[in-house]
Amino acid sequence: MEPIRAIWRYGIKIGIVGGIVLVLMALIGMIEVFTQRQVVADIISMGHTLYLAAGLFICYMAARRTTPAKPLWVISNSIFAGLTTAFFLVLLIILGRNVNLRMMFINASDLLLNNLLTFGVQGNNGLRLLLIAGMVTGLITGFFYLLPKIVRTVILWSLAGSAFAGVLQELIRPILANNFPDAISEWLLTSDGLTVKGAISIFIFIALAIISWSIKGDGIRQGWQGLPKKQQLTWRTIGTITLLAIILVAPWRLGLFMSEVMTIVGLYVLLGLGLNIVVGYAGLLDLGYVAFFAIGAYVTALVTSPEIMNLNWSLWAAIPFAVFFGILAGVLLGVPVLKMRGDYLAIATMGFGEIIRLLVLSDALRPFLGGSQGIGKIAKPQVLGFVFKGPQEIYYLIIAGCLLVIFVSWRLKDSRIGRAWKAMREDEDVAQAMGINLVSNKLLAFGTGAGFAALSGVIFGSKIGSIYPHSFNIMVSINIVCLIIFGGIGSIPGVIVGAAALIGLPELLREFAEYRFLVYGIALVVMMLIRPEGLWPEEVHKREMHEGKANGATV
Amino acid sequence: MPTKFHRWKESITATDIVMWFIGFALLVFIILGSILTLRAGRYTPVQWFDFVIYGLAQGSIYALVAMGYTLVYGVLRMINFAHSEVFMSGPFTAYYVAAYFSRSSLLESHPFICLIIVFIVSMTVSTLIAFLLERIAYRPLRNAPRLIPLITAIGASFTLMYLFRGLFGTGFQAYPVWAVFTGKWALFKGLEIGKIQVFVIFAAALVMITLYLFIQRTRTGKAVRSVSEDKEAASLMGVDIDKTISVTFIIGGAAAGAAGVLYALVFKQVFFMMGFIPGIKAFTAAVLGGIGNIPGAMLGGLLLGLLESLGPSLFLDGYNIAAPYQLKDAIAFLVLVLVLIFRPTGLLGERLAVKKA
Repeated sequence: MEPIRAIWRYGIKIGIVGGIVLVLMALIGMIEVFTQRQVVADIISMGHTLYLAAGLFICYMAARRTTPAKPLWVISNSIFAGLTTAFFLVLLIILGRNVNLRMMFINASDLLLNNLLTFGVQGNNGLRLLLIAGMVTGLITGFFYLLPKIVRTVILWSLAGSAFAGVLQELIRPILANNFPDAISEWLLTSDGLTVKGAISIFIFIALAIISWSIKGDGIRQGWQGLPKKQQLTWRTIGTITLLAIILVAPWRLGLFMSEVMTIVGLYVLLGLGLNIVVGYAGLLDLGYVAFFAIGAYVTALVTSPEIMNLNWSLWAAIPFAVFFGILAGVLLGVPVLKMRGDYLAIATMGFGEIIRLLVLSDALRPFLGGSQGIGKIAKPQVLGFVFKGPQEIYYLIIAGCLLVIFVSWRLKDSRIGRAWKAMREDEDVAQAMGINLVSNKLLAFGTGAGFAALSGVIFGSKIGSIYPHSFNIMVSINIVCLIIFGGIGSIPGVIVGAAALIGLPELLREFAEYRFLVYGIALVVMMLIRPEGLWPEEVHKREMHEGKANGATV
Repeated sequence: MPTKFHRWKESITATDIVMWFIGFALLVFIILGSILTLRAGRYTPVQWFDFVIYGLAQGSIYALVAMGYTLVYGVLRMINFAHSEVFMSGPFTAYYVAAYFSRSSLLESHPFICLIIVFIVSMTVSTLIAFLLERIAYRPLRNAPRLIPLITAIGASFTLMYLFRGLFGTGFQAYPVWAVFTGKWALFKGLEIGKIQVFVIFAAALVMITLYLFIQRTRTGKAVRSVSEDKEAASLMGVDIDKTISVTFIIGGAAAGAAGVLYALVFKQVFFMMGFIPGIKAFTAAVLGGIGNIPGAMLGGLLLGLLESLGPSLFLDGYNIAAPYQLKDAIAFLVLVLVLIFRPTGLLGERLAVKKA
C-alpha cells in the first residue's frame, strides 16, 4: 500500500462504521434518555458521557488499526476518524432540519438533533462545534494512544470508575448516608450526580489503587504463594466467613431497593446454576429451561393457594413436592431428546418450553391452571411466626437456596458423574466407548437442572404472590443462557458474575431497561467474537476455546 | 431372515420403546380426534375449503422464509436464528414507503407500481441485513465450536429486534390496505376464495420458482450447491467460498423480504417482534421438509401451513376442547418436536443425513 494513504485510510474506514453506530445510537433515543441522569452534577450527563465515550472509542480503534504505527500517522488517523464520525452526525442533523424524521424514527426529536448532539449550541454554530469536537476528540485520543500502556490503563480505569460512580449515585448516596459519616457523602455526591471534587477524588483514588497494585501486586502474590498451605487455608476461611457475614447483613444496610435487586439476581443465580449443570457440565443446550421454572412455580401455586385446588399447604411442604415434580418433568422431557445434539436439541427443548407455556395459557386447561388470569394468593414461608414477606426477608431464603445449589454444583463438578458429564460434553461417542451410560447421565443432568429450576420457581412464586403464564416466556430461558455464557460456561463464579452483570445492572439503571435486550444482544455477539470463554471462565474451557483458535484457520 | 431380525431386536433400547409408545398414543389421539370432529359435522365443506386456502397461503409464506433457513444450513451447518429478524426488517422498513403512498393517494391510482416498489424496498432491506449479518457476526466464527455461532445468532437476533424497536417504536403499525386485494372471488357451489390468498400463493410460488431456478441453473447457483455439498472440494475447484456464502445469505434475505411483505398484506400490521413466531414456524417447515433441501423447504412450508389451519379444528374440536384455536402454535411446535424426534432428516432429507454422520 502506498504510504500516503495510510495517513487517512484507517481513520475514514473506522469513522464510517463509527458514524453509523453513533447515528443509530442517537436515533434509538439512547442519548436523549440517558441525558436525564447526571454523572457530574450540572457538568455532564450520562447521555453525553456515553456519546463522548463512543467517540473516543472510535478514534481509539482507528489509532490502534494504523499500520505502521508512526506517531504522526496514528494521530492523523485518529483525527480523521473523529471528523468522519462527526460528519455523519452533521449529515443527520441537516437531514433532520429538512425532513420530518419523526415520521419514521420516533426518537429523532428536535431536542436531540438541535441541542443534545451539538452540546447545547444551536444553529450552524452547533454543526461547526460538532466537527471541531470530532477533530479535538481525535487529536486527544491520538496523543492518548501514544502514551505508555500503564498510563493508558490508569486513566481509562479511573475515568470509567468515576463515570460508573456517577451513574449509580442515586444508589450509592443512601448507602453511604446509612453506613458512613455524612461528610463523605456530601463531599462526593449532590442530589444529582457527583460533585466536581467527588469526581476528581474518585479518579485519584482509583488511579492510586491501580498504580500501587502494579508496583506491589507481584510482591503480594509471591508472598501469598510463599505462605504455607495451612496458613493459606486459614486466611481463605477467614475471607469466606467475612464474605458470608457481609452477605447476611447486606439487605439491612443497603435498603429495600437494593434488596429487591439482590433477590432478583439471586433467583437468576439459582436458575443459572441449574442450567449450568445441563449446558455447562453436560453440554446439552436447553432453551426450554423456563418450563421447569414454571412447573416449580405452578406446583407451588396449586398446592398452597386457596384458588383452584384449595389445598392450603404451607410453603415448606410445597418445596420438596415442587422440586420432585421439576425433576420428574426434567427426566420425562429429557427422554425424547436423548438422541439429539447441538442445535437440534436447542430447538426441540425450546419447542417443549413454548408448548408448555401455550398449554398453560390456553382456555382448554383454564379450570386446572388458571389460564391467562394466573393463580394468586400463594403462601409465604413462615418459621415460628416469622413471615418472609418483603424482599429483605425472602433474600435469606434465596441465599440459602443459592448456597445449597452452589454446594451441590461444586461437589458434583469433579465427582464421578461430573466427570462423566464432562466426557459427554467433549465427545459423546468416545464417552460411550469408554463405558459411560449416555442415557442415565443425560437424564441425570436434565433432572438435576430441572430440580434447581423448580426450587427457584417455588421461591419466585412465593415472592411475587401470584403467577401468570407471561412470566415464563422464552425470554427467561434466553436470559439464563446468556448469563451463563456471559459469565463463563461451566463456571460457578461465572454464573454469579453473569447474573450480576446481565440481570443486576439493568435493574439498577432504570433508563437502561428500555435498551436491556439490545445491549444483551450486542454483548452476546461481541462476547462470542472476542472472548468466547466468558468473563470468569473455567480453566479447562478457556484453554479449549483458545486451542480451537490456534488450530483452526480463523479469520 | 432370522439374523437380520436378531440384529434389529438387539439394537432396540428401552427409550426406543418409550418413544414408539408416545408416537403411537399421539397417532391414536389425532385419528380419534379427526373421526370425532368429522362425525360431529360441525364444519361445512365450505369451511374446510377456507381452512385449506388459508393454510396454503400461510404455508407458502413459511415456505419462502424456510428457504433462507435451509440454504444457510446447507452451506454453514448452522441455524440462522436471526433469520426471523431478516424477515421482520424488510416489511417494517417498507411500511414507511407504503404509508407514504397511502397518504399521497398514489396507492389508489397506481396500486401495482406501489406494490412493486414496496416489494423492492422490503427485499433490499432484508437482503442488506442478511448480508451484513453474515459479514459482521458469522464470518469471523466460521471455524468456531458449534455452540458459538448459535449463541451469536441468538444475540444478533436480539440486537436486530431491539434495534428496530428503538428506531421505529414498540407499537403495531397498520399496513395500508390494497383495495385490489380486498374481497373474494366466487367459485362454483358457494365456494369463495379470498383475493389476497390467491395473490399470496401465486406471488410466493413465483419468487420460489425464480430462486429455485437461480440456484439450479446459474453458475452462482451451482457454486452455492457445491459449497453445501463439500466446502473444501468446492474451494479446490476454484469456488470463492466467502462470496458464495454471502450470495446464499442474499438469496435467503430476498426470499424473506418478499415473504415479509406478503405476511404484512395478509395480517395488515407490522411490529418489531413479528418475526419471532413465523421464524420458528419457518424453521419447523425447513426441518419438516429436510433441512438443507430446497424443495423440502417448500413442501414443509405448505404442509405446516395446512396442519396449522386444519389441525386445531380437525384434531382437537372433536374432544370439545375450549378454544382450540389458541393451541395453533402449540401444534406447530409439537410438529417441530415430533419431526426432530422421529425423523430428524425430514421428509426429503435422506441424502444429507448420510453425509452428516
